[in-house]
Amino acid sequence: MKKITWALVATVVTLVISAGFAQASTKEEVQKRGALQCGVSTGLPGFSIADEKGAWAGIDVDVCKAIAAATLGDATKIKFVPLNAKERFTALQSGEIDALVRGTTWTLTRDSSLGLNFTGVNYYDGQGFMVSKKLGVKSALELNGAAVCIQSGTTTELNLADYFKENNMEYKAVVFDTHDATAAAFDNGRCDVLTSDQSQVYGLRTHLKDPEGAVVLPEVISKEPLGPVVRQGDDAWFNIVKWTLNAMIEAEEYGVTSANVDEMKANSNSPAVRRLLGLEGIGGKGLGLNDDWAYQIIKQVGNYGEIFERNVGAGSPLKIARGLNALWSKGGIMYAPPVR
Amino acid sequence: MSKTSQKQHWWNNAQYRSLFFQVVLVAMLAGFFWFIGTNTLANLDKRGISTGFGFLSLKAGFGILQSLVPYDESYTFGRTFLVGLLNTLLVSGLGIIFATIIGFTVGVARLSNNWLIAKLAGVYVEMFRNIPLLLQIFFWYFAVLRSLPSPRQSWTAGEIAFLNIRGMYLPQPLLGEGFSFVIWTFVLAVVATVFIRRWAKKRQDDTGQQFKMFRVAFALIVGLPLLVFFALGSPLTWDVPKLQGFNFIGGMTIIPELTALLVALSVYTATFIAEAVRSGILAVSNGQTEAASALGLHKSKVLKLVVIPQAMRVIIPQLTSQYLNLVKNSSLATAIGYPDLVAVFAGTTLNQTGQAIEIIAMTMSVYLFISLTISGFMNWYNKKIMLVER
Repeated sequence: MKKITWALVATVVTLVISAGFAQASTKEEVQKRGALQCGVSTGLPGFSIADEKGAWAGIDVDVCKAIAAATLGDATKIKFVPLNAKERFTALQSGEIDALVRGTTWTLTRDSSLGLNFTGVNYYDGQGFMVSKKLGVKSALELNGAAVCIQSGTTTELNLADYFKENNMEYKAVVFDTHDATAAAFDNGRCDVLTSDQSQVYGLRTHLKDPEGAVVLPEVISKEPLGPVVRQGDDAWFNIVKWTLNAMIEAEEYGVTSANVDEMKANSNSPAVRRLLGLEGIGGKGLGLNDDWAYQIIKQVGNYGEIFERNVGAGSPLKIARGLNALWSKGGIMYAPPVR
Repeated sequence: MSKTSQKQHWWNNAQYRSLFFQVVLVAMLAGFFWFIGTNTLANLDKRGISTGFGFLSLKAGFGILQSLVPYDESYTFGRTFLVGLLNTLLVSGLGIIFATIIGFTVGVARLSNNWLIAKLAGVYVEMFRNIPLLLQIFFWYFAVLRSLPSPRQSWTAGEIAFLNIRGMYLPQPLLGEGFSFVIWTFVLAVVATVFIRRWAKKRQDDTGQQFKMFRVAFALIVGLPLLVFFALGSPLTWDVPKLQGFNFIGGMTIIPELTALLVALSVYTATFIAEAVRSGILAVSNGQTEAASALGLHKSKVLKLVVIPQAMRVIIPQLTSQYLNLVKNSSLATAIGYPDLVAVFAGTTLNQTGQAIEIIAMTMSVYLFISLTISGFMNWYNKKIMLVER
């Protein structure tokens, strides 16, 4: 309550003060500040979670790092702002953060009536269910009458209601503020089912007392394109965040990785790679960045495939298959417009 | 203007002057808020954030764990506001009742001559007063209630009431035909009791004779409706909860979130009320007690008729603050998933609609309204019991 109220006061004050003034662009603000303020989740394995030393890691965190690398040339210059689902939009609207990379589903309402812009998709997801093995449930259609643990203020809440209604089933929604509380309640047996985006379900499962005692059901009941969000009305910043993501996907397509990017820069004669690394073509001019913006992203953070593998894929405890998130050329739908 | 004063310009008159400045101040304040309002709206519009209260009639589409009025996903956001509001009122109302009972008991106990009772009360107050409320809520919810068994291993009382980690399942009364007569008898009995009490008081004032009020009231309020109930052939059946599928179906459910929040709020607020009661009693000069004892009044009567009424003057203002705190603290519900106003409306609804300003404004107004109502009532009560100087 307190946090929301403050964020709200901040929004109101910003809105009042900004009356009549031309707005400073987010890019300039970030560069002047020397640090990107990036909104992430309060703790979700594989996506954004802080370790004991306070170092953040995850696929969302890496997108933040990539934005910082492109804008400031240094992927470490970030202030991470952990937000729960209820706080995230207010934090972005009020200018508390420059970009929101927090498993946020791209929907019509959010894109059109909150003063926000979705810059693309860094993870194609869908809502799934996790139940305790002991229940012996094999399908989500057997969940009539179940108590469902869920995080408040998400599209998940709405999909759940739709799904149970469509299938003439009843449920009890037990709603919590954070991922942690939701998982703890499931762990303690307060509810039979935990529902969230499937990737998050897998992430939360690794933090249960007995991860093997829970199974993820096969049903995926919704489309959840998750991507970075910025404020509406700052097109230059919108472009930077959008193309940061595109550059990472493009780099994977051309086989440019953090390991071989220096060698590629020196030796590659592929025009596409040379354009990506800022050796030919428009470089960073249109974005108002240095020509090596994409080079910095790849060098310091890696391409999309790399961040996927190390955070949620084979190289992580989550072991999620690429699935829809594979490149378009490899059976998935990850597709970036050409950098040229 | 008095006639003796010389002819004066009106602006030299203190009365007009103060009126003038007050009007100016009000105008400036109004202008200030108008400025903020229009500016905010213009900026919201410029940034493409929708405004207005139209969202209240849109379909909500999410489930709520507990509602006192009919609710499901097909109701509107306006309804979610009502559901959240009633849940807040429920937990605050019950909390105030429990906290008052515990608080008065402990406050009096702390002054007891019995060493053990006094010390126990002291330990209770010092312990629960000094632990942050949120921790206490977590304690009751995550530590105490989570140790309850799963639905299949429920604790049961005679196979009609069940207790498990999902809550307490009680039989729900289903009112049969003619039950309304019982209710009406009860209402009439209460009204009659009030009149009898007035009459008894007047008689005692006039003649000094006491009337056995308690017995009569008990007979009227409890006995009479029971009589009617049986005379009508017990028009009441019970819906007993049954284990079916994942959980119990039927009956009434008291969700563990409500229990945890209620226990934490009552136990915590009661410590402050206990201290208020103690200070109130100590504020009554010992001479009063001695004088009352000298009249031969029994100890409990001394407390009831002499000490407590005088102590109330000191207790009431503090009590009011504690009631207000309790209502506001109930918003911590959101931490453990109790669907109160803040969790349901300022939480989920806000996030689904994104109308932060409208929703927070509505939520704040509700708390303001509840607080003003409580303090208004308590002030009225305070005036009523104030010492009348004769």
